[in-house]
Amino acid sequence: MAVEKPRAIIRRTLLTDNQVLRAILGICSSLAVTNTMKNSLVMGLGLSFVTGLSSLTLSALRSVIPHRVRMLVQTLVISAYVIFVDLLLKAYLPDISKQLGPYVGLIITNCIIMGRAEAYAQSNPPIPAMIDGLFAGLGYTGVLLIISLIREILGFGTVFGMKVAFEGFVPWTIMIMPPAAFFIIGSIIWAISARQAKQAAKQAR
Amino acid sequence: MAPNISPLIIFLASIITSNMILSNFLGMCSYLSVSGEYRTATGLGMAVTLVLVLTTAINWLVYQYVILPLELVYLQYIIFIMVIAALVQILEMGMDRFTPDLHAKLGIFLPLITVNCAILGVTLFMVIRSYNFVQSLLFGLGSGLGWWLAINMLAAIREKMAKVKLPPGIRGPALSFIITGIMAMAFVGFSGIFTIQ
Repeated sequence: MAVEKPRAIIRRTLLTDNQVLRAILGICSSLAVTNTMKNSLVMGLGLSFVTGLSSLTLSALRSVIPHRVRMLVQTLVISAYVIFVDLLLKAYLPDISKQLGPYVGLIITNCIIMGRAEAYAQSNPPIPAMIDGLFAGLGYTGVLLIISLIREILGFGTVFGMKVAFEGFVPWTIMIMPPAAFFIIGSIIWAISARQAKQAAKQAR
Repeated sequence: MAPNISPLIIFLASIITSNMILSNFLGMCSYLSVSGEYRTATGLGMAVTLVLVLTTAINWLVYQYVILPLELVYLQYIIFIMVIAALVQILEMGMDRFTPDLHAKLGIFLPLITVNCAILGVTLFMVIRSYNFVQSLLFGLGSGLGWWLAINMLAAIREKMAKVKLPPGIRGPALSFIITGIMAMAFVGFSGIFTIQ
């Protein structure tokens, strides 16, 4: 199989094959941390870092890992990088680390990382695998930022902690509570699949 | 120090107000993909509850008697995930050997559970909130039952929705998310009765 060009990988992972919106992977953490944009950004970058490096490592090691124990090896490699991110956050961004709480550790069980390792890194050379993983993570970050932008503006009247709402704006408390996250991501996925259905109908005609 | 909360409150809160899916968003992947059919959802819910109780108990012991004395806190994620993976594997083999009926019912779900974030999530919450053993056990049980309740509710609603005429494009994950959102809103209503954190 020919190796994909980096530009094609970036386009695929960011847009056409976005892991959150198209593959519905990595939902757990993407909903929990999206109450503020700052948390989303940190979480997204952490995940991109882990996905990129674990895809790189696993792809470099792909010929030496026995097929039967690969899941175990994947989990171990991913955990090692997550520990690295966790320590880094604790040292440099202790406030955010506290707010994210268990969700940093839960990057390990984020299906996107395992998914990229299984679907791409296993059968491709290290550098494209790293680009694939990194941009799959950035695609996830993008979705997180969109959700948290809606939630933060309506819930707190701020963007990245800066006040943008007009005087007398009443924050929508529901936006910072869990149900809003479900509604927003549901609506985004609905909008995308409705658009696709329309396009498909147009082509069929 | 363990917080001074009655284990019973932890148990009830983890089923209803701090439901793993509806307020902590954990275990969403399998929740969305296995909720198409009520019976399968019940099987997965049972398996998750069983594994949650066992892993919380074992991880609590591991944390108190291995990780803390040996000062391995920085390695805790690796240790926890290995405990979970090993336990699921042993459970599957044991079930296959001793209770083939149960294995036929739950066996296919067990491998899915290792990567279910609710399992690792409950362990991490238990460590962060420094629960004692009884509190952790009931927290694990309550979270499992809460997860089971949520997936069964979604599966039941989805089975009914199959016959309803809906706007284009909403069928599939979008619909599940919106149903879950409404369920979450209903559950938030209980938060005045008892809450943990």
